[in-house]
Amino acid sequence: MSTVLSIARNETRRIFVSPLAWTMLGVFQFIVAMAFVKSLDTYAMNAEMGDRVTGVSDYLTMNVYGFASVIGLFVIPLLTMRTFAEERKSQSLTLLLSAPVSLIEIVLGKFFAVLVFVLAAAALLAVQASVLMFGTHLDLGKVAAGLLGFVLMLGAFGASGLFASTLTREPTIAALLGFAIALVVWISSMFQSSPGWLGQLVGYLSLITHYDSLSRGVFNSADVVYYLLFTVFFLWLAVLRLDIERS
Amino acid sequence: MDKQILIEARELSRRYGATAAVNGLNLTLRQGEILGLLGPNGAGKSTTMKMLAGCLAPSGGEVTINGVKLAEDPKRAKTHLGYLPEQPPLYPELTVDEYLGFCAGLHGIPGGERAAAVARAKQACGLTDVGQRLIHNLSKGYQQRVGLAQAIVHRPAVIILDEPTVGLDPIQIREIRVLIRELGQSHSVILSSHILPEIQAVCDRVMIINKGRVVYAETLDRMAQHRVEAVILGLLRPPALETLARLPGISHVDVLENGQFRLAVAGDADPREAVADAAAKNGWGLVELRAQAKTLEEVFVELTSGDVTIHETTKEAA
Repeated sequence: MSTVLSIARNETRRIFVSPLAWTMLGVFQFIVAMAFVKSLDTYAMNAEMGDRVTGVSDYLTMNVYGFASVIGLFVIPLLTMRTFAEERKSQSLTLLLSAPVSLIEIVLGKFFAVLVFVLAAAALLAVQASVLMFGTHLDLGKVAAGLLGFVLMLGAFGASGLFASTLTREPTIAALLGFAIALVVWISSMFQSSPGWLGQLVGYLSLITHYDSLSRGVFNSADVVYYLLFTVFFLWLAVLRLDIERS
Repeated sequence: MDKQILIEARELSRRYGATAAVNGLNLTLRQGEILGLLGPNGAGKSTTMKMLAGCLAPSGGEVTINGVKLAEDPKRAKTHLGYLPEQPPLYPELTVDEYLGFCAGLHGIPGGERAAAVARAKQACGLTDVGQRLIHNLSKGYQQRVGLAQAIVHRPAVIILDEPTVGLDPIQIREIRVLIRELGQSHSVILSSHILPEIQAVCDRVMIINKGRVVYAETLDRMAQHRVEAVILGLLRPPALETLARLPGISHVDVLENGQFRLAVAGDADPREAVADAAAKNGWGLVELRAQAKTLEEVFVELTSGDVTIHETTKEAA
């Protein structure tokens, strides 16, 4: 476990000493802020029109955090492409492979570093939301559930991105693949409306379906488990892929 | 002689599709030895080293490091190992201290001892002044040294260096050689190169690989001793050729220019003393006497050009 932490710490440092991470956080925050302002505007308008049912927290979790997750879909593959593909290209991956650490420890270490980045993005969202506390009542539980959904979703993107990164030595291809996997799983929710069990199944497996309840502030353990399983599955694939490469 | 065997490879093979990069290679390294792996480009040196370092699984055969089988317990085997690949595995965005600290942690050095280990490795590789600098900003030579420091920071029993002096200037090459010599006293080192003088300057033992096979394995002292092929003799008042040919240990005499003769040696014995004695006794006017030994370069060229000659000296070379 100490090796996992050691790798995670080092990877986190490498993420945050690069301008890429800060640029991504900056761009992310800017775009989300635009959505934030627009949502508040819509909320204010609807409230005047007599909507007493939907609170400001709902706007936050459904619109803003849903939108933030979409941006994460684009951003996370750019982060994960560096983890294996770029290291393979610059041949620094050998350091980890020749060290007395297992592949599982390497993959977990790198994943935790991605998770730290996701948590940093979530922290920015939390700060953004807390601004509203000066002017209005905020349903903190709802906001927390929304943020949890955001973290789980981006963590899942991180795992699939890590796996994509193990497939190639070209960072751009890794980013594209990571993006493709995330997008395919995301949009498979559109099959939900199609008839038959297959459509139902594919729809159920979509990442977005499971975000809905969290965004309504419902903590359904099935949804949380779904994200965790998705994450573990792709991390496991990454380990298998690295093992194949060695032999 | 009876020093502990630190790394042993038996019948090591590696196939890439139909081509065999390494084929049935045996290798033994004892404590305190420096072994040089020589071979033309594409001979299988790097592949061999990758397998020894556990970065590549062999298609056949096994590697034992300090008594631990690499295939069975890779984690424990790798703790005895330091590896510098051809391209040093650096993180350019980190400082030297950060990078080496991470390497130390990776090799299981507890937090409290890390700073000392890093300081020691930096001292050994001449990096003390650049600890705070970004690896990205260092010159190629310094980057190579950081790579070397990474391989020794945890004081492994075996150090594997793949072409450690590539891309360095002559002064840096000399410094790295001195460093490797020092390391060889307390660790065992395997070193690959295609630069012959480098191997000669640094190694105790040399192994020539060609087309994935060991074609030559011998200690360097031994090679210097028994590879006297001929004696070049310069005489002011030379006797008849037959007289020279009858000297003990001489098989054949050629006449060269300026009163020089080339005496081909029969067997392993060094005939120089006998030749000098005879010249003094008979007043031939000896002005020159030198052994013509087969150089490493000649051996190398002979063994690696053309067909593979299996000339593996199986007599334990140690």
